[in-house]
Amino acid sequence: MKQFISFIRKEFYHIFRDVRTMIILLVIPIVLIILFGYAITTEIKSSPFAVLDYRRDDVTAKLIEQLQASEYFELYKIVDSYDEAETLFRQGKIRMLVSAPQPSKEGVIGIEVDATDPNEATALLQYATAIISTSDIVMRNPDIQIAQPGIMPTVNLLYNPQMKGAYNFVPGVMGLILMLICAMMTSVGIVREKELGTMEVLLVSPFKPVYIVLAKATPYLLLSVINIITILLLSRFLLGVPIVGSFTLLFSVSILYALVSLCLGLLISTIADTQQAAMLISGMALMLPVILLSGMVFPIENMPWILQLFANIVPAKWYIIAVKNIMIKGLPAEAILKESGILLFMALFLTVVSVKRFKIRLE
Amino acid sequence: MLGVQIAHITKTYRDIQALHDVSLSIGEGELFGLIGPDGAGKTTLFRILTTLILPDGGSASVCGLDVVKDWKEIRKRVGYMPGRFSLYQYLSVEENLTFFATVFHTTVKENYDLIRDIYVQIETFKKRRAGKLSGGMKQKLALCCALIHRPDVLFLDEPTTGVDPVSRVEFWNILDRLKKQGITILVSTPYMDEASRCDRISLMRSGKCLSIDTPDNIRKSFKKPLLAVQADNMYTLLRDVRKWTGTYSCYAFGDSHHLTLKDDTSNTGMLKSYLEGKGYHKILIKAIEPSVEDCFMELGDNV
Repeated sequence: MKQFISFIRKEFYHIFRDVRTMIILLVIPIVLIILFGYAITTEIKSSPFAVLDYRRDDVTAKLIEQLQASEYFELYKIVDSYDEAETLFRQGKIRMLVSAPQPSKEGVIGIEVDATDPNEATALLQYATAIISTSDIVMRNPDIQIAQPGIMPTVNLLYNPQMKGAYNFVPGVMGLILMLICAMMTSVGIVREKELGTMEVLLVSPFKPVYIVLAKATPYLLLSVINIITILLLSRFLLGVPIVGSFTLLFSVSILYALVSLCLGLLISTIADTQQAAMLISGMALMLPVILLSGMVFPIENMPWILQLFANIVPAKWYIIAVKNIMIKGLPAEAILKESGILLFMALFLTVVSVKRFKIRLE
Repeated sequence: MLGVQIAHITKTYRDIQALHDVSLSIGEGELFGLIGPDGAGKTTLFRILTTLILPDGGSASVCGLDVVKDWKEIRKRVGYMPGRFSLYQYLSVEENLTFFATVFHTTVKENYDLIRDIYVQIETFKKRRAGKLSGGMKQKLALCCALIHRPDVLFLDEPTTGVDPVSRVEFWNILDRLKKQGITILVSTPYMDEASRCDRISLMRSGKCLSIDTPDNIRKSFKKPLLAVQADNMYTLLRDVRKWTGTYSCYAFGDSHHLTLKDDTSNTGMLKSYLEGKGYHKILIKAIEPSVEDCFMELGDNV
């Protein structure tokens, strides 16, 4: 036990004295959460739109006022002809066109959107339709109809009423950061000892090989606890994402996920011989699936079946589902039984494989 | 006879034969040197003996323990200093030593008397990080770390490579003192001049142990007459001496060429007139005692 503690102390000295490692461990999580929270966002804010107004009465004026009042839209120009609007669309100056025909003609208000980015277009259409159809001036004028869509569904957004991107990204970023710190840092840490030759000296000592592995992983597990807390604090107070469910539960499932990542790191360290190789393998084999196949950026349901199948072995997928269930929906422990079970199984399986694979000799 | 016993060890890496039927017997408390150039198989042999790699064939034992079967026990009883610097660069001298002491279930205090002679030389820098030490100091620290648990057998893989001549002499003095403490020491070096500091040596080349004996006996085994030859143009001299009928072999050795004669029928006078005929000036020829390096070159010819 004394050996073990001494080893962990040595590992911490190493982490704290190497500026690069410190930056990766403590600064990158904060940068990522701010980056995903603010810069990389799919939310719609102040989209420019134009109005083609043949009506020229208080109805259009009122509509423009109400669209402007929302934070989604901003009036770019009132155009005189459809051609002019089309030019603006082409130049990318506007994203949406609202046309109000003369009252004598059929009272249909048309909405056209630039669908180059289909997700954005759908959102714009929804927001605009909602605003226009619920505005009192339209409701009081039975002759006015909206062209898109024919039937207005009643929309009720559950759990995330403002449709904030952060609600989706915070669990994703947590999955990403824990994977980065636990897997990448552990594998690089072990491989560094191999590369610098210190592993040779450690192996020729009474210190059991299995303890070398455990002692190597422990500091990173402790650091990931700090990171979990930092991320949760940042997302709660900076991004305004509430923790609806139990904090203890959220914390436990995060530790479980951190363990899975640690084991993956150990596994990589048994494959890679150089620090660069370890970095590359953790980058390609772990980070990319976390970003692309975990449902963090792209919905898994829309993927071809083979990728959906593959997504099942990405631990981040299960972790993100569990975090969303606890953090955003506030569900109790029973709701994440399946996810935690799968993560637990992965942790056990990977531990057995990497301990089996760990070489007690150099070759 | 415990110490280190090696019997018919072979080891092949893909298509390179690193060790070829190596047999050695090293007694308890002996200071044994493996002398040979890079790629002779010294490191491979060390790694087999320290249980870091498995031999392809043959068997070996350290302190009476089998290197394959009893690897756990061997790892508790030997001290190993690899060829390249293998301590933690980010830890200070003191922290490195304490760390290795703890790993080996001991304390610096307990075995301080063993390392005191060496440690006092680096103690002034005990707060300095190991990565910032000079080459000689690094090796002294590494030796301290390998000794801290009072091992029965000490394996030192090229401990003086990259160390200045003064520190090299100091290092060998330290090994002498350790030997007096009863520790069996197996040391490898590419420097032939260090061979005389060992009790016995083995000359290694291309994975083979060529000759195993005391440095003196190895030198005595050199039977042919040996001459040191100097002249004004050393470069062409080597070529011309090799062409001479009385020459068995000739190699460049620092400021002179060492010439082995075929037999006693040729002599200095004949060589001198041969070289004068070739137009050399300032010719200097003298008979010399063979060094370990001469024996090594001679053995190399017979491989």
